[in-house]
Amino acid sequence: MVEFWVNMGPQHPMTHGLWNMRVKIDGETITDAEPEIGYLHRGYEKIMEVREFQKNVVLTDRLCYVSSITWSHAYCLACEKMMDVEVPPRGQWIRVISLELQRIASHLMWLAAYGPDLGLLTGLLWALRERELFLDLLQLLSGARMNQNFPRIGGARNDLPPDFDKYCFKIIKHFREKLDEYESLFHDSKIFRMRTEGVGRISRADAINWGVTGPNLRACGVNVDFRRLEPYETYDEVDFEPQVWKGGDGGDSYARFMCRFNELEESCRIIEQAVKKIPEGPYRAKAPRRAEGEGFARTEDSRGEALFYVIGDGDDRPYRVKIRSPVFCTMAATPIMLRGYKMADVVSILGSVDVCVGEMDK
Amino acid sequence: MSGALVSPDLFTLCKVLITGIMKIQSDAILASAPVGSPVEPLRGIAYFLMEDWFLTFNAWMIAITIMVTWAAAIQLLTLMWMERKFYSRLQDRYGIMISIWSLPFWPFSWWAKRKNKPTHKGLGYLQNVADGVKLLQKENITPATADSAMFHTAPVLIASSTVMIFAALPFSEGFVIANVPMSLLFILAAFSLAPLGILIAGWSSNNKYTLIGGMRAAAQLMAYEIPLLLAVVAVLMYAGSLNVIDIVHKQELPLAMAGPIPIPSWNVFSIPQFIGFAVFATAMMAEMERIPFDIPEAEAELVEGWLTEYSGMRFGLVFGFKWLRALAGSALVVILYFGGWSGPVFLTLAPSVGSTVVPIPIIPHEVWFLIKVYLLYLVFVWVSWSVPRVRIDQILNIGWKRLIPLSLLAILLAAGLAAFGPALGGVR
Repeated sequence: MVEFWVNMGPQHPMTHGLWNMRVKIDGETITDAEPEIGYLHRGYEKIMEVREFQKNVVLTDRLCYVSSITWSHAYCLACEKMMDVEVPPRGQWIRVISLELQRIASHLMWLAAYGPDLGLLTGLLWALRERELFLDLLQLLSGARMNQNFPRIGGARNDLPPDFDKYCFKIIKHFREKLDEYESLFHDSKIFRMRTEGVGRISRADAINWGVTGPNLRACGVNVDFRRLEPYETYDEVDFEPQVWKGGDGGDSYARFMCRFNELEESCRIIEQAVKKIPEGPYRAKAPRRAEGEGFARTEDSRGEALFYVIGDGDDRPYRVKIRSPVFCTMAATPIMLRGYKMADVVSILGSVDVCVGEMDK
Repeated sequence: MSGALVSPDLFTLCKVLITGIMKIQSDAILASAPVGSPVEPLRGIAYFLMEDWFLTFNAWMIAITIMVTWAAAIQLLTLMWMERKFYSRLQDRYGIMISIWSLPFWPFSWWAKRKNKPTHKGLGYLQNVADGVKLLQKENITPATADSAMFHTAPVLIASSTVMIFAALPFSEGFVIANVPMSLLFILAAFSLAPLGILIAGWSSNNKYTLIGGMRAAAQLMAYEIPLLLAVVAVLMYAGSLNVIDIVHKQELPLAMAGPIPIPSWNVFSIPQFIGFAVFATAMMAEMERIPFDIPEAEAELVEGWLTEYSGMRFGLVFGFKWLRALAGSALVVILYFGGWSGPVFLTLAPSVGSTVVPIPIIPHEVWFLIKVYLLYLVFVWVSWSVPRVRIDQILNIGWKRLIPLSLLAILLAAGLAAFGPALGGVR
């Protein structure tokens, strides 16, 4: 049988964004794969050099438009380390709340995209329905549904609105009921398990070598969660369980799915604790306009390890910014996950990886 | 008691109708051209109009037109509407809401404005018509490198083979175009022509996605077509006939009495036929290309599968006729396993016309049949919108390793029970 290359992208229902997955198929079996990225490269690291420190938050929001706050927060954290700014405790707690709300919204967007990937359009509508509630919470908190521009160097933009904890409890209570529904729609379904179990397997060593991070790495059974490993903000004061695949040899689509899915529940737990524990006080510290030195921060983004390295040369704008995007590194490992599986598994594997083209192409 | 609206059959009704029309015309001609007048040769036309072969030919044509209009216009739109409304509700949304008051021209817009009606909060029945009109207006693009002749043949093959099913598919004893002795065989043969069209469409488009889609259709065909036919063999063991109307008649006998209500001896109430029903319904979902088995047009990885290169109404034709196949498939399941159009006739009006009593059923056979078909179709829709799509190797596994052994088991049991069931105390 003649092998030939099939383009899955740049305009293809499989790609959630603008990128191209070229797969070489022999009949239905994938013999080789080659991600082609860069369609959405906007030169972030360079643009940030000509904008002031505080104004770059607007840009970093757009790195990944479904997970804005986590990215802006990583940038703010790096800048704070460079400027030696101490965020007041209330500011830290507000950040934790907003980060976890954003994580749930981002994971729900992934769940919504994973449904139609497998032909389950009902999953899309259901997940978007609950995502709306969390976007409402974010809107209540920051005034915007997307690209919130919420974290600031030195804290958060504004305080919690009145009765925010009540809204949080109410929505989380409702969301927990809906999680059971998702369970019966997704991983209780025999066909869903047929499509995901044992598909797109990557070994633990390969995953570490290729720089796979986040839920994708935890699905291989590696307990790496920067919220636990290098607690930033007040994550050391909340009680939560990093979601690691414990059922033997993981690393397949099903393990990745389960890790992400269980993180929804864990994030709910964190939010509940955070809105209870949040102290009174200021929520934002004054940050200097100019800075000199180096700042380095890595956080647990919704998709993996987000890393910012900022250098200041005494000016009011960064001299150099380096962004490490988790999806960019995971994308390099996808040929390993894809080889040997069927063509229909491309969607099941890449959907479980949770591709965000904005941060991948920077 | 006759419970069908169309009786004794569609052809006879059409023959009576066309004979009446032609009689009026020929009488008019005969009256206007009396013998000896200069236009006397026109009387030949009048005699021609009343020739028997001419009337028979026209009666067939009208019967076919009625059936195709009924199926392709009314039932197709109804099924599409039902599916879209039903899965929208499943997904917590309203679904299509275009109604007659949404039409942007007089008198509808005027009336809606005057009555202050919300224009886009109707039932949505007209949305599919609007979609069809939109597709009609679109350009038909033939890819430059496609095999043009075959590319244009494929939709015709798919559409015509689908319409062919309705030549033998009865909606009641009388509402059928042709009651041929082996109608079931004809229906199944017409059903399995379409995958050939899919293969042609996929190959001739000269596109990698369509090629893979067409090849998947061909591979899938073997996996579900064989269990489909084997499950039918089990039904034939009980019915002893290949005529669908006979098969329904066999199921009308009462099986047992639950109080005053007789339970009919539908095939699904017997052990082997229930296994056969499970196999047949699963294979029928693959035949209809519904979601767990719609891998030839898996839109997630193959864009739109074998349909990718089609545009305009050519796309609309093959896409819309999927629902017609779904109608035929559901109807076939109802005929084979759920007693067809038989159902309790609660009350019969029996007005006397002269000296004869004409029984008029409250719920005619056609309505019973459609109720069953719609309910079964909704079950299919329900399943297909709550499960993901299976993979090509998985459907081959399901077909060869599960469905074929199960259908063979159904045949074995059916043969045994058909032979020894009465001796075992009426086990079936």
